[in-house]
Amino acid sequence: MTRPQEVDTAQIRARYPDVFDRPASARLATPVMIVAAFAILVYGLVDLDFSPSRFFAGLSQLGWISLMMIPPDPGSSLPVYLKALGETLSIALLGTTVAALFALPVSLLAARNVVPSKILRFPIRRFLDSIRGIDTLIWALVWINVVGLGPFAGVLAIAVSDFGAFGKLFSEAIEGADQKQVEGIRASGGSALHEIRFGLLPQVLPVIAGQVLYFIESNTRSATIIGIVGAGGIGLQLAEQIRVLEWQKVSFLILMILVAVAAIDFISGKLRFAIIGRRAVA
Amino acid sequence: MSIAVSILPEQQLAVLNAAYRRAVARKRLRLLLGVAIFAAALVLAAIGAEVNLRTLFTYFGNFISYFDRILTLDNGQRVWTDFGEWLWGWRKWLKMLGETLLISYVGTLVGATFAFALNFFAAENTSPAPWLRFVVRRLLEFARTVPGIVFALVFVIAFGLGPMAGVLAIAIHSTGALGKLFSEIVENADMKPVEGIRSTGASWLSCMRFAVVPQVTAGYASYALLRFEINVREASVMGFVGAGGIGQELVVAIRKFYYSDVSAILLTIIVTVFIIDITTGWLRSRLFGKEAPT
Repeated sequence: MTRPQEVDTAQIRARYPDVFDRPASARLATPVMIVAAFAILVYGLVDLDFSPSRFFAGLSQLGWISLMMIPPDPGSSLPVYLKALGETLSIALLGTTVAALFALPVSLLAARNVVPSKILRFPIRRFLDSIRGIDTLIWALVWINVVGLGPFAGVLAIAVSDFGAFGKLFSEAIEGADQKQVEGIRASGGSALHEIRFGLLPQVLPVIAGQVLYFIESNTRSATIIGIVGAGGIGLQLAEQIRVLEWQKVSFLILMILVAVAAIDFISGKLRFAIIGRRAVA
Repeated sequence: MSIAVSILPEQQLAVLNAAYRRAVARKRLRLLLGVAIFAAALVLAAIGAEVNLRTLFTYFGNFISYFDRILTLDNGQRVWTDFGEWLWGWRKWLKMLGETLLISYVGTLVGATFAFALNFFAAENTSPAPWLRFVVRRLLEFARTVPGIVFALVFVIAFGLGPMAGVLAIAIHSTGALGKLFSEIVENADMKPVEGIRSTGASWLSCMRFAVVPQVTAGYASYALLRFEINVREASVMGFVGAGGIGQELVVAIRKFYYSDVSAILLTIIVTVFIIDITTGWLRSRLFGKEAPT
């Protein structure tokens, strides 16, 4: 058995200056960052009117509310809620589909390997970015001004805000496609349209289908909330019941949303695997 | 150079051709079936969502002219001809934007802290007990699935109008979302350091502190920054239900048809979101190199 050797600390210190004698800036960086983060947090709490008394009063209020939510009970309006839920699912499905249909041609224009000209691509990309920068709820408010209250405004709101997101995602998928197949089509005398149809689309369509399904899933969540501003669906019922403090109905509606989202997650997960196989989904 | 292409005899070829055609036909049939089902679902959805194309076509002009109107000042000029007039309320709006940013900052930090505390119980490889994992996972799922603005609606009633409700709503939603992502990072962590520490007789807490946390902090910080970006957008609409931030100003402007104010506030929101996106993107690539998870 070997005994551990006597350690010459001074020598080791001299040999590994990076470990033992880190410069003050490196040693101080983490604590300074933590202190700064904490300072902003405290400033934020003060500026946003946080006070312990208000917090605990609210908490006890919240406790009462949760007690009043039990048991969930739709009262006599179950048919209305089911219809509203159907409306929400319809909004998500239609909005996403419309967005995907419009985004596909635009995303081709925003892809580097289809449109090499930067002058053309740049404004399209910024345009898509600005659409994405505006939240779905804001679009819903705008569309309500145009087509009136109701689920149709919700469809258009989701369609517009997803159009921005899809444009970016699709164009990234197209840029990631293998260029060799496109070159093959060109070599056999295909036109630019042929290149896109037979060289690019077969490669990117499965990816795009996966993304669209994923968005239908996440839009089921968005569609529940746009009702809050009056654009139809189950969110409208939810906001109304919260405002009139019918907590049993509120908890029932929340449960309905949870179940519907879980069901859609399950279905679209299966479909996505069926379409693109067991590959990682973007 | 010549290449010999072997041509099969007629009978053999016919069989193969038929098999090929059958395979193609089956694939086409499946595709057609899928398209038909999808189209049927769309039609059903269109009926459910009361889609009325006539309304759309009649009022589509309104949509275009809406943008025309929000880009026109009260005196009939285009907004960019007179910035002072267009952005007349910039002091107030900047203050509200600052409040929005603070809401998302505090919400993200609080949410990330809770997610940090909870995620070790939710991860498959570090959870001390299966029942605990089940409970924590369901909790996180609940916090993540209920939209933030629904929490805000309830909190506005419990905590009163104001940014506090928005902060708490964002914090809860972030806890759910980050808790899941964090626990996925932990599940991908190398377990050998944990074994090493455990073999020295350390408690569960020390195992987490000295074996897992050093591996995962970079990933955590990256996801938290990404979440901050998302939360800025979310905080910008919290004001719609009275939970503080710039949304309050925006909803008033939209509902009361202060057209040029709508475009001015939208512009400030878009610019802020841009700046935050670029800054956090820069920060993430700076902190974690190129391969930062997005």
